[in-house]
Amino acid sequence: MIRNQLLVCAGGACITSGEKSVKDVLVDELKKNGIEDEVQVIETGCMGACDLGPIVVVYPEGTFYQKVTVENAGLIVNEHLVKGRTVSELLYSEPTSEKKAQTSGDIPFYTRQVKRVLRNCGVIDPLSIEEYIARDGYFALGKALEMTPDDIIGVVLDSGLRGRGGAGFPTGLKWKATRAAQGSPKYVVCNGDEGDPGAFMDRSVLEGDPHSIIEAMAIAGYAIGAEQGYMYVRAEYPLAIERFEYAIGKAREYGFLGRNILGTSFSFDIEIRIGAGAFVCGEETALLRSIEGKRGTPSIKPPFPAQSGLWNKPTLINNVETYANIPQIITNGAEWFRSVGTAKSPGTKVFALAGMVQNTGLVEVPMGTTLRELVFDIGGGIPGGKKFKAAQTGGPSGGVITPDYLDMPIDYDTLKEIGTIMGSGGLIVLDETSCMVDVAKFYLGFTVDESCGKCTPCREGTRQMFHMMEQICDGKGKDGDIEKLTKLGKCIIDTSLCGLGQTAPNPVLSTIRFYEDEYRAHIYDKKCPAHVCKHLLTYSVTADKCVGCTACARQCSVHAITGEVKKVHVIDQSKCIKCGSCYEICRFGAIRKE
Amino acid sequence: MKSLEELKRIKEQTLKEMDLRQAKERGKVIVAMGTCGIAAGAKDALMAIIEELEKADIHDVKVVQSGCMGLCDKEPTVEVAMKDQPAVIYGDVNDANARRIVREHVQGGNVVADLVIKRENI
Repeated sequence: MIRNQLLVCAGGACITSGEKSVKDVLVDELKKNGIEDEVQVIETGCMGACDLGPIVVVYPEGTFYQKVTVENAGLIVNEHLVKGRTVSELLYSEPTSEKKAQTSGDIPFYTRQVKRVLRNCGVIDPLSIEEYIARDGYFALGKALEMTPDDIIGVVLDSGLRGRGGAGFPTGLKWKATRAAQGSPKYVVCNGDEGDPGAFMDRSVLEGDPHSIIEAMAIAGYAIGAEQGYMYVRAEYPLAIERFEYAIGKAREYGFLGRNILGTSFSFDIEIRIGAGAFVCGEETALLRSIEGKRGTPSIKPPFPAQSGLWNKPTLINNVETYANIPQIITNGAEWFRSVGTAKSPGTKVFALAGMVQNTGLVEVPMGTTLRELVFDIGGGIPGGKKFKAAQTGGPSGGVITPDYLDMPIDYDTLKEIGTIMGSGGLIVLDETSCMVDVAKFYLGFTVDESCGKCTPCREGTRQMFHMMEQICDGKGKDGDIEKLTKLGKCIIDTSLCGLGQTAPNPVLSTIRFYEDEYRAHIYDKKCPAHVCKHLLTYSVTADKCVGCTACARQCSVHAITGEVKKVHVIDQSKCIKCGSCYEICRFGAIRKE
Repeated sequence: MKSLEELKRIKEQTLKEMDLRQAKERGKVIVAMGTCGIAAGAKDALMAIIEELEKADIHDVKVVQSGCMGLCDKEPTVEVAMKDQPAVIYGDVNDANARRIVREHVQGGNVVADLVIKRENI
């Protein structure tokens, strides 16, 4: 008889912070106390609050233990499970009030979320198909098989679901076009390439709730008339691949994949294709070439994959998060789906909250949630009392949201209006210590590396833009650079072959739009206002603060600092390499950085 | 898997196994598991309560543990806190008493008067 269940988060972040050893300690301690038959340990998918990991939740109480280590994991068994005493040192305490939270229901990070896509992540054992079924899994497939394909597509259209990979194209239209297309066989593909730096919602769904994607792909197969599906997932996601592979095996065993599913004439199966990690393979045409075993380069659209995709056959391709919505739409209906979100962007969106924010991790909120709610209410604000400067969305294809837009409801269309994109949901918070020119240069550097080289505007254009950004950050910016960057950026957007090039200039154009003064400070005043760009910094000694302790002179590796004991020291600017070590070592705050 | 009936059967069966993780709104039974409680047999009471609830097919009542509440002389002690009633504390709860508490109080809604710790006895 089981009296308690311990749910241990086995998401990527918790595994990295030591989940496996924590779990081993729990299992050992249970055995030592002879209660291993009464207490069950279950590993789940990502619970979302990644900076609190490893996380252990004790049921039936729902007690939420965070930052559990090998040293203190034993307390959960010896105190909580044996003696009935909550281990208060492992509870989460609210940073402002220092109030201890007993369950996840007491933590604002969780209470403000609406979990649909992530509803099973962190709740069920991803390796258990039975637990997925217990949470209404595969009932949507059963229901779909009793509907006509056109009715299913009608429900998806009515739901207003838009592509969660970033572009926001209406999912129902893709399904309709693929069903209507001539050609046989047809294919269903899931895009699990997820290349945006910082975004990991697709990985979390594949790791934490793999059956939801299998079910959705089978429904899609029935709706468009396909018998074969491909799951394309990047090689950097070994755990997602392992769990998805296992889930496919279980689904076959239970007859949700294979011949004559649920006793009908419908047959469908899925194979995994592993990508080698090229960013461009997240672009649908490049992804399809990669599945075919060819080099992953994009091709001109039209023809769209719906008409001519995999092996030139009609192909439906959707992103992981998009598919994750499908079973619930079929089960609960289009109206239910529209009950949260905005009129043009119904439903929820998962964001990967990162950067200069207290609570990082995966959060799922209704579309139309404001940035203020995301960063301050859920994210807990900026650490160290620093000022919020901007949020970067859409990764290397997106731009920034400034403090002026903190109260704007976020959806596909509002973000587009201010020059950024939803993207796959990466949301990186920047504070006053971030240089916007440097941030834009970072993202541009990423796309320069990841450009496949097929079309000239993207291959050469982004490189030229990157060169100019480097010059600006190095203090070699010239009058006219801002105008040139803008012109070249717009030209690359207009003339590139695929989405990668068409969005690559966004980080630069967006930061020029909102932070032109920072670009001007770099170019004309040769200053970096945020003190990030090394070449634009000057270190000098404030005479009345310097006590002549000689610490800086001894620290300086290029002997740029001279001065006698107990006398004011001087930095020779011609020798200084701006490493900042004098600034770090001075105990009197006498080194000035500007 | 050939039919939706089969699917429903798996769902019902697994839901029982996942029962501990579901929200339980009707109330809770708290077993004191201090050293004194354990020594007096709180573990047996705890397991008996879980077993009896399972037998009675009751899934909306949580069974949780607490530390010693100071009534070491009356251990094992069990508190039944149903949402719509004041909490009741029982003492000397052995296996048989634990089962009675589940059947008569949690299931039947009647306080098991002879097991309640009386103020004059404290």
